[in-house]
Amino acid sequence: MSMTLTEKILARASGRPSVKAGDNVWVQADILMTHDVCGPGTIGIFQHEFGRDAKVFDPARVVLTPDHYIFTADAKCLRNIDVCREFARAQKLPHFYDPADETYSGVCHLTLPQKGHCRPGEVMFGTDSHTCTHGAFGLFATGIGNTDAAFILGTGKLLIKIPASMKFVLDGRLPPGVMAKDIILRIIGDIGVDGATYRAMEFTGDGIPCLTMEDRMTICNMAIEAGAKNGIIAADAVTEAYVRQRTAQPYTVFASDPGASYLSVHRYDLAKLVPVVALPHSPDNVKPAAACGDCRLDRAYIGSCTGGKISDFTAAARLLDGRRVAIETCLVPATVEVARQLETETVHGQSLLDIFRAAGCLPPAPPSCAACLGGPADTFGRLNGAEVCISTTNRNFPGRMGSKRSSVILASPCTVAASAITGRITDPREMIA
Amino acid sequence: MSDTIRGKIFVVRDNIDTDQIIPAHHLTLVPTIPEEYAKLGSYALSGLPDSYRERFVPEGRTTSPYRIIVAGRNFGCGSSREHAPISLGAAGAKAVVAESFARIFFRNCIATGELYPLDTPTRLCDDLTTGMEAELDLDANRLTVPGLGRTYDLAPLGDARQVIDHGGLFAHARKTGMIQASADHTP
Ligand code: SF4
Repeated sequence: MSMTLTEKILARASGRPSVKAGDNVWVQADILMTHDVCGPGTIGIFQHEFGRDAKVFDPARVVLTPDHYIFTADAKCLRNIDVCREFARAQKLPHFYDPADETYSGVCHLTLPQKGHCRPGEVMFGTDSHTCTHGAFGLFATGIGNTDAAFILGTGKLLIKIPASMKFVLDGRLPPGVMAKDIILRIIGDIGVDGATYRAMEFTGDGIPCLTMEDRMTICNMAIEAGAKNGIIAADAVTEAYVRQRTAQPYTVFASDPGASYLSVHRYDLAKLVPVVALPHSPDNVKPAAACGDCRLDRAYIGSCTGGKISDFTAAARLLDGRRVAIETCLVPATVEVARQLETETVHGQSLLDIFRAAGCLPPAPPSCAACLGGPADTFGRLNGAEVCISTTNRNFPGRMGSKRSSVILASPCTVAASAITGRITDPREMIA
Repeated sequence: MSDTIRGKIFVVRDNIDTDQIIPAHHLTLVPTIPEEYAKLGSYALSGLPDSYRERFVPEGRTTSPYRIIVAGRNFGCGSSREHAPISLGAAGAKAVVAESFARIFFRNCIATGELYPLDTPTRLCDDLTTGMEAELDLDANRLTVPGLGRTYDLAPLGDARQVIDHGGLFAHARKTGMIQASADHTP
């Protein structure tokens, strides 16, 4: 029977020769990820349900990455990190990235690939909706709640429904100034914030080999913004080169069968895409950046799992090189590795950090989720009033970055940088000679 | 679990995301700690824009006078936080009737057993207003609004009904023998 990539991975994980969309199957988890916001609740349920002395199903398959509320004086946030640390110690978890020492990494969705936890063909669950990011590596990855996660902690298994797949064929190459973020915003604008609810979004086409792993992560990251269960891109040579640098563990590469069935097929010519923004207050409120020029901005924000990777900062630095920002510009590298790369990566012989400094950006904050989801009152970059912020993050529902009165405009790092320079929404192609 | 839920309804519109259900700065509260569970209830739906004139949980109260939430499309979109269904349940809500749900929220309602997520083909948020009395019959899959003399059909919950009746995934798994009751498990 012909299967999609998602079906093939889930067939393997459920120990069956084949599965099809709509089947309910128990699958074995290869990785369970949790963090400081959902970890303590998950641990609480696990201990309540399986007993105080219960052991997790496999310590090597649990990844604990405090990342959300790290650099704060808020007592409850600090307590929650302590709960994670205590659990990691008691369970002897080898993959705990502790904010208190040099193992700290930062945002879970960049930590997982950078630390070698993303391997093609596997099944990953995470207590975070953007766990779908990791489908970029040709694996099945989806977000779940604390109760489901506690069940996995105890048993290693979860009952899931096989999602039907929607195919997105991306052909051609992106023009200068247009980024992976523009691809996924365009798609969400077309199908809506519930356009892929319960579905797998599979991205294929002759444009994929030209996309870096970071581009692919950006695309899969926002599959949840269309309501999808998972986003997925079959592993290729680009994927394997990345994975091989990060882990020596074995993995299996799957691809969709030629006769696999899809609910729908959507085609995009990447060469025809333009820089877009998602206006308040929904990720599907998508307009060309060039058509929004009268919208004035108070702040620009470059960070998060969607837009805080080194390729995002490099793209922004290219535009900011030799120019000045007109509005407050916040930079939050997603991980410690990215923070270091800001010093070592260069554009025209200058480090990114020097370019940002000369352009008048605020000094980069330490790596974490920071204001991507608002956070406690003392969070760096949090919108505390009626400000308008253009951001490389992934959500702009009311209050997402802090105050209910604030407005968030989602855009690519190029568009955010160009807009920071002018203080209004700006198509970055205006600045690329 | 009784098969009829009677009470006042609270009406919201499309794409109510988890930040509006429970704003992110309250996620420091851990639902498995009883005082913090109750606190989560007091903040339920506090992220709704000020255009909603009624508050779901009135100022100074910890629970809501509304037992049934009526919504448009894509209720519960956004993050995977289980705090969302938990805050609604902790505030005293028993069910959400919506045109459609976001996937993780729907699943979390069932896993926690906090409230019944019910799909309806009708766009109830255009018909009904906050404060109306309603009666939800889970066996007949019907919502009746006596004040309007109207009855609306709901999509059956199927197997998920029993999981919620039992009080969530773990209680259900034990009742049906899927997992063993652990020695020191205190229900
Ligand atoms: S950076 Fe933002 S979207 Fe990504 S995991 Fe953190 S809070 Fe979630």
